[in-house]
Amino acid sequence: MTSTNHAENTVSAAAGDGTVLDVADLHVRFPTDGGHLHAVRGVSYRLRRGEALGIVGESGSGKSVAALAVMGLLPRTAQVSGSARLLGQELLGLGDAAISRVRGARIAMVFQDPLTSLNPVHTVGRQIVEAIQAHRDLPRAAARARAVELLRTVGIPQPEQRVDAYPHELSGGMRQRVVIAIAMANDPDVIIADEPTTALDVTVQAQVLEALRAARRATGAALVLITHDLGVVAGHVDRVAVMYAGRIVEAGSVDEVFSTPRMPYTLGLLGSRPRMDAARRSRLVPVPGAPPSLTQQMRGCAFAPRCPLAQPVCRDTDPPPTGQGDGHTAACHFADRLAGVRPEELFPPAPATAAVPLRAAPAAADGAPLLVAEDLVKHFPVRSRGLLRRRSGEVHAVCGVSLELRARRTLALVGESGCGKSTTARLLLNLIPANRGSVRYRGQELTGLSRARMRPLRSRVQIVFQDPFASLDPRMTVFEAVAEPLRIHGRFADGGPRRVHELLRLVGLDPEHADRYPHEFSGGQRQRVGIARALALEPEVLVLDEPVSALDVSVQAGVVNLLEELQERLGLSYLFVSHDLAVVRHVADRVAVMYLGRIVETAPVERLFTAAAHPYTQALVSAVPLPDPRRERSRERIVLAGDVPSPLDPPSGCRFRTRCPTFAALSGEQRSRCVRQAPPLVEQGEGHAAACHYARARNLLRGTSTDLGQEPTQWR
Amino acid sequence: MSELRTRPGAPTPPADPPAAARGTAHHGRLRLVLTRFARHRMAMTSLAVFVLTVLFAFLGPLLWPWDHTVHREILPNQPPSWEHPFGTTNAGHDVLGQLMRGTQQTLRVALTVSVLATAFGAVWGAVAGYYQGWVDAVMMRAVDVLMVVPLLVAVAAIGGNVRGGTTWWAVALIIALFSWTTIARVVRGVVLSLREQEFVEAARAAGASDARIILRHLLPHAAGPVIVAATLLVALAILLEASMSFLGFGIQAPDISLGLMIDNARTAAFTRPWLFYPPGLFIVLICLTINFIGDGLRDALDPRQTMVRR
Amino acid sequence: MLAYTVRRLLGTVPLLLAASLLTFLLVDLSGDPLADLRVQQPPVPAEVIEAEEERLYLDRSLPERYVLWLTGIGGDGDIGLLRGEFGPSVRGPDYDIGQALAERLGSTLRLVAAALLLALGLAVLTGVVSAVRQYSAVDYTLTFVGFLALAMPTFWLGALVKEAGVWANQQTGYTIFYTVGATSADTRGFTAGQLLADHLGHLVLPTLTLMLTGYAAWSRYQRTSMLEVLNSDYVRLARAKGLPNRVVLRRHALRTALIPLTTVAAVTVAGTVDGVILIETVFQWRGLGDFFVEAVKRSDAYALMGWLMLSGTAVVLANLAADLLYGVLDPRIRHE
Repeated sequence: MTSTNHAENTVSAAAGDGTVLDVADLHVRFPTDGGHLHAVRGVSYRLRRGEALGIVGESGSGKSVAALAVMGLLPRTAQVSGSARLLGQELLGLGDAAISRVRGARIAMVFQDPLTSLNPVHTVGRQIVEAIQAHRDLPRAAARARAVELLRTVGIPQPEQRVDAYPHELSGGMRQRVVIAIAMANDPDVIIADEPTTALDVTVQAQVLEALRAARRATGAALVLITHDLGVVAGHVDRVAVMYAGRIVEAGSVDEVFSTPRMPYTLGLLGSRPRMDAARRSRLVPVPGAPPSLTQQMRGCAFAPRCPLAQPVCRDTDPPPTGQGDGHTAACHFADRLAGVRPEELFPPAPATAAVPLRAAPAAADGAPLLVAEDLVKHFPVRSRGLLRRRSGEVHAVCGVSLELRARRTLALVGESGCGKSTTARLLLNLIPANRGSVRYRGQELTGLSRARMRPLRSRVQIVFQDPFASLDPRMTVFEAVAEPLRIHGRFADGGPRRVHELLRLVGLDPEHADRYPHEFSGGQRQRVGIARALALEPEVLVLDEPVSALDVSVQAGVVNLLEELQERLGLSYLFVSHDLAVVRHVADRVAVMYLGRIVETAPVERLFTAAAHPYTQALVSAVPLPDPRRERSRERIVLAGDVPSPLDPPSGCRFRTRCPTFAALSGEQRSRCVRQAPPLVEQGEGHAAACHYARARNLLRGTSTDLGQEPTQWR
Repeated sequence: MSELRTRPGAPTPPADPPAAARGTAHHGRLRLVLTRFARHRMAMTSLAVFVLTVLFAFLGPLLWPWDHTVHREILPNQPPSWEHPFGTTNAGHDVLGQLMRGTQQTLRVALTVSVLATAFGAVWGAVAGYYQGWVDAVMMRAVDVLMVVPLLVAVAAIGGNVRGGTTWWAVALIIALFSWTTIARVVRGVVLSLREQEFVEAARAAGASDARIILRHLLPHAAGPVIVAATLLVALAILLEASMSFLGFGIQAPDISLGLMIDNARTAAFTRPWLFYPPGLFIVLICLTINFIGDGLRDALDPRQTMVRR
Repeated sequence: MLAYTVRRLLGTVPLLLAASLLTFLLVDLSGDPLADLRVQQPPVPAEVIEAEEERLYLDRSLPERYVLWLTGIGGDGDIGLLRGEFGPSVRGPDYDIGQALAERLGSTLRLVAAALLLALGLAVLTGVVSAVRQYSAVDYTLTFVGFLALAMPTFWLGALVKEAGVWANQQTGYTIFYTVGATSADTRGFTAGQLLADHLGHLVLPTLTLMLTGYAAWSRYQRTSMLEVLNSDYVRLARAKGLPNRVVLRRHALRTALIPLTTVAAVTVAGTVDGVILIETVFQWRGLGDFFVEAVKRSDAYALMGWLMLSGTAVVLANLAADLLYGVLDPRIRHE
């Protein structure tokens, strides 16, 4: 990668210098309705034996397509050119028989979605055995024994039984470990992992990354780790390559790239991501604009339209990757001027909202309770299929949750998928009826209100959804989407169109585009439309259900800034539902952590991150990877065992005990308390409460964890 | 660091410009669907042929001197000639005149069936899907039971028992009575999946009523699949009507339909092929074009379009 | 799996019961079995009509008749579905509907079974080829053939096939294809081999026709389902393992793509019943289809009801079989 001269690459590709995979000038094009989509535009990299290379990029950057091209797994319509040599053997253009001998044997791949990667009709054992027998003449019994061994290596408990399980009987994390077992089955030289943890929860992500590490230890394989998550890369690779618009724009050792990035896009990526290990900064650094369309012929640097440094030369000449010393390359005409520059110095701060006349929320004393939930309970019946549809069980989604949202504050509700945080949000909005408990808005009880009685209150409490693609009706123009709440509440006649245009300007959209349809906008823009719609009725409280988690990193920052600015200017109160602790640390004043339908800990944001008292919160904080290679390597990590139990049949007593490291270290007598008695939320001081019989505050963000020891460790 | 500041004159890109600059797109979706449909060559050809067939059936009789009844002036049992391009029957019909009327009656029945069955099935399916619970269970079990009886069997059993001649609208009514079930299933499926969509929840969170949600959000989305199903229902109805006539339970003489023409010419394939082949070919042609139109509509309306096509 | 089977089996009972009510109302309300008799010239004496009404239980009320037809309680022993009696026929006291149905069952089953098996096999084959060679000339050709078969009126196709058979016979001067009936009129003195050859010979053309009606829909469906599977992640993983293309197609793609076809195939069994009626009419088979047409023409209410229950049961059983097969093929259902 230190050179753009591909002829040189091909000459030196013999395995003598330890190169296992040599990709040179790889191009991939797809014919589409709108012309040729040039998805990969000249990617070159070399992978040395046993090395781990991270490839980072946002959606559409071509990172996955490049990997699939190397594997020969692209659809037939794809046009691939360039070269990809594995141990000197050219892979591109091989016939089915020849490539089949290489795939799975010398080079293996792990895909993104573990729920769809395994064939539902065969047992996992059979699928592993099949991978082994595709390349080795091993008798069935021996292959099966090897399969069990592989399952053990990737950390699947009771592998002798699990080998006969069907994929649907295993959790997502376990299935991904099975896929890793398949990848390592024939001791390959290269494993390509394509977003292997993106679909998984953060505590499960830690398990899977651990399994990947084990697989590499056992096989000595080199790793290509493709991801959009800078944190995952920081802790798990030696070198990193950043992709933008189908091209590698910066590459180098992971320490170099993270500490002294030399390409504006890399700086933007690093600056747009909030950090869990840093106190709230004033604003994030959003990268303006959106990635270019790859169907158009491109001249000059693809990043130039978004780049604050862009000069005429950038629009004319595509900068080649140039060496920055120590194997660090960057494709920027001004790379040498970027040494030591911080993101916020490069990208000028700009107000996220436009100056439009605003009506701030009616005065409520700062910090007065606005929306109060007490002891909320929600069960969903599970019915069997078939004629009778008998009730076969109940999902205990929310079990006794109490929350208090205060005026002009942000309360974050965090937890992993299935913990009941979204259900809680819908209960607060009275979108679904609660089985028990109460929700009061400014003292008025909401539960049990008729639709008609609820309607005027709807304008006070609004919601923004996670998926900007699903939350807007594709058949309504943006104007209609924002106008709908006004129409429903009979406020459209009174200056409706003007109000809609104001709202669009407020969230940073051009009112000229009001008559366009959602599909004509990018994800970030749609989310802005969703926010404008929620603001149409001048609410006091916004429930934000994972508002940025479906967005690319560089776009997230803009939406987060917008939300913060709106809060300040309009005096809004936010309930911020999220699984993303880094964003939560950036936006929240208070945090409540949920696990299996219960709140296990609640605290002011600083305390939660520096002195978490519940073992689950501690595990969550420790599992989130930091975009800082040095800190990542030195951090103490708590990897939780097993999966979240089924909410159909939650454990007795403390629901976390089945995975709890503290519980595992207790004596039998101490344990029985956890089994018998569900721990109540106990005040720990400073508005900090934790639901653990044996709570003990720890800071897991420092290099080594610190026992804060404020609580008497009564159980020692 | 000052040299790193953005040059003062540099145009700062607006925050997130529109992803696609297609110009102002009023009715953007409709236009998109039409463009996609127009690209489907078989569907476009079929549409043209189908329109011609409709003109032939409904305008043709106004221009052609012979209608579908027996005329004394007609020499019976003649092969095609300039005067009678499709020949004559041994009773003294002009076959071209019969074809026009037969196609007309067949299309009348099929289009009526499609409209009636689609309207009824859509309402049935939407109500079942939206209200769910026991309403859904009862309504969909009824559909299951109806589907146990084969279509032709049901319509023939009724049609065969109706005495004294069956008119085209009676035939249409009978077929519609049993063919709405597929539409109901399609609409219910769409409504069920849409109910859980975030944009429907957003409307509910804004305080929208049931009626507003069904009318503004659910039904417009069901339109696509319903149009496709309704189109295919036309083809199904044509085949059913023809089968009923063939068995002698459909439209009765002296009126005529394409199926009845085949029944009359059952033994004539060899001796008088001009009686046997044209009505069959007409049925095939109409059904084929309708199926291709349905296929084109499905592709044009399906959001899960493949990237590459034809 | 056992619990699953039992549950599915129990589910068919209410469905069949509802189907019996529908059948009864459909037939009973749509016409009067004695309509012809009443308008006959010269007029039939009133006593004769009354006697017929009593024999056919037409003197009882509608709910009474339904219960009677279903259970036989209060009847003369010649009625009651649950006791295996189909009821009296307008054709006279000597005509046994049950026996007539049983006599005709064999030849129709032969036809249906042969056609279904052939259609399934051919549909899977062409569906797979179409999907694997998507957007190729082969795919377009097969697609067009499928659409053509879908647009073809069964009876017209049958007549074409029949004429083609007659033409072939005339050209060669031998009876290559039998175009009339399920067997030769006189099979006395045939050896077992000759009898088999005779049966098969008569089966060829009707089977071919009936096959095409099911084939069209199924091959389209198989193509769609195969395409979906071919684009799935697990097929990609199977390739990534290093399995050669044909193994991937057979073990991973085809195996999974067959699952949804079972349901669709069962649903179209009802369509096959329709096809049988038309084809038996064209080829003049004395099978169940022919029985149906005759029953309708004669307004033979109990014969029609019996026939409908038979076909209804066949449809329900086909769906049940598909459900069970689905359970066998898909472990996710089996373990529910």
